[in-house]
Amino acid sequence: MKIHEYQAKEILRNYGVATPRGVACFSVEEAVKATRELGGKVWVVKAQIHAGGRGKGGGVKVAKSESEVREWAGKILGMMLKTHQTGPGGQKVRRLLVEEGADIRKELYLGMVVDRGTQRVALMASSEGGMDIEEVAATTPEKIHKVIVDPGTGLRDAEADGIAAKIGIPSASVPQARTILKGLYKAFDETDSSLAEINPLILTGNGSVVALDAKINFDDNAAFRHPEWQQLRDLDEEDPAEVEASKYDLNYIQLDGDIGCLVNGAGLAMATMDIIKLYGGAPANFLDVGGGATAEKVTEAFKIMLRIAHLKAILVNIFGGIMKCDVIAAGVVAAARQVSLRVPLVVRLEGTNVDLGKKILAESGLPIISANNMADAGQKVVAASKGKP
Amino acid sequence: MTQGITGKTGQFHTRAGKEYAHGRNCYVAGVNPKKPGESFEGIPIFATVKEAKGKTGATVSVIYVPPPFAAAAIDEAVEADRDLVICITEGIPVRDMIRTKYKMQGRRTRLVGPNCPGVITPGEIKIGIMPGHIHKKGRVGVVSRSGTLTYEAVGQLMELGLGQSSCVGTGGDPLNGLKHIDVLKMFNDDPETDAVIMVGEIGGSDEENAARWVKANMRKPVVGFIAGVTAPPGKRMGHAGAIISGGKGTAQEKLAVMEECGIKVTKNPAEMGKLLKSVLK
Repeated sequence: MKIHEYQAKEILRNYGVATPRGVACFSVEEAVKATRELGGKVWVVKAQIHAGGRGKGGGVKVAKSESEVREWAGKILGMMLKTHQTGPGGQKVRRLLVEEGADIRKELYLGMVVDRGTQRVALMASSEGGMDIEEVAATTPEKIHKVIVDPGTGLRDAEADGIAAKIGIPSASVPQARTILKGLYKAFDETDSSLAEINPLILTGNGSVVALDAKINFDDNAAFRHPEWQQLRDLDEEDPAEVEASKYDLNYIQLDGDIGCLVNGAGLAMATMDIIKLYGGAPANFLDVGGGATAEKVTEAFKIMLRIAHLKAILVNIFGGIMKCDVIAAGVVAAARQVSLRVPLVVRLEGTNVDLGKKILAESGLPIISANNMADAGQKVVAASKGKP
Repeated sequence: MTQGITGKTGQFHTRAGKEYAHGRNCYVAGVNPKKPGESFEGIPIFATVKEAKGKTGATVSVIYVPPPFAAAAIDEAVEADRDLVICITEGIPVRDMIRTKYKMQGRRTRLVGPNCPGVITPGEIKIGIMPGHIHKKGRVGVVSRSGTLTYEAVGQLMELGLGQSSCVGTGGDPLNGLKHIDVLKMFNDDPETDAVIMVGEIGGSDEENAARWVKANMRKPVVGFIAGVTAPPGKRMGHAGAIISGGKGTAQEKLAVMEECGIKVTKNPAEMGKLLKSVLK
């Protein structure tokens, strides 16, 4: 789960990480009011969307007067902000963060992720902050410093100080950097984060170390012990089809193609997308109905796929293990009757109770194209999506 | 022994495991701290793993405990020095697994999973959620992160009349126990295995590590497939581990390394069985 910059900063502040003072705003008037509350002479108006690259897209502006704040807030709120992470349509800006301006002398990078290789949390830091860190990692990997955190001790003082020195923080400011680094690890650990980034971390003219931007993603598996995440979630930032699917506990991701896929199991679902591509088609979605799919879940999955205006065909690919093919077949038939199925439907069933499942499909009288195996299913659905019999 | 034997899932699969091949003699204990002294279809239930081990001699645990308590269940099994722990549970927080893996350092227990289908040696024993009847005893080893994609590989082998020596699902989570490389080592030493299908997924570098080991050490042919060629970067494809981040862990990259290391690969998931047959002597 992703959250906004202003929410991430609020969390980090609770762990002792210094940030600029700021106010989250939902209207131009609130932004102007925030300017007065904050005082000072320079303010930054920042679009709050979940995607990165907001500055380059025109979503972050510096204002030197109240009227400039008003002007920028008016322009940014409601704009379709396009960044390399939003997709070509952009993301509508509905929230702003108005912050006091900062005196930036140096921009640095801090990031924290779970490192699969060591099976521990990794802290990454670089003197090259403010820009695309993946670019830095690709072109000058020696400028990225890494510490693997021992889960027994947490980030040690010496490790924090060492990394601070490596990224060029002057010795007088190292104690501040230590507080931030240790706070970042503690926040990451205690809030069940899967990613935490401060980019840039800045050094100001008077030697202060401040988190100028912040990003936190949470580990969805830990949602059961974080009821507070409900308040942090912003449904406007999520794909409507994915939000709808999550209500029915369906594992769904919207893609760009025109062939809908309904599959059991994440691995088989990915392989199904791959085979569609291999035979010249394009998957419209990833959908894993899970091991315990009911007729109701299958029906809802069909409804979600059929909302895709440019959908050309649907492929159901089930290898029944725990899930019985007859249950899936009954669900498919019920769904096809309930929704108006306007595209060809190819069904491939295998595994537990496969004969019973095939019989249910055959006797339904529905125009279902039956496939014998995965290759057959892939070829048939791609042909159907292109209007070939 | 089944940890979480009193839940619906634990009961269903313990029953299926008991009914498969020699299962009746193998499933000897269940664990539930709140129901010691009770039994499930003749299987006695104990309060702790340690007690269950002491009273029955069971050396392997399978875990169906719900996600909030599953990591603690693994910890308990590790502390009781089980030989092998197979954790089926899907959805364990990463933070819990970091701590569990930390505590496992220097311990003798081997972990399979979490978020995996389990392990089956057809005709012998089934520990996990895979349907037993789609398998038959044979000489092909199968290792995969995912459940249904493993069944798909098995189904293709069966169509060609090829049975399996063992099938191991290592799990779809980024933090887990045995990796592809560990299972390949076992297949290499297993006199019952002639060749191996290795099914991978995008994300991480387990497949690359395994491939490099194969190049240097494996005496048996290995064929492979990687799911997720079409997966867009940054999107989590169901399995928490199946995510391309920072341009790393793509299917293309994995397939290239596997080929370099002498593993025959296919980009077509419908051809895993055929490819394996082509390398058999």
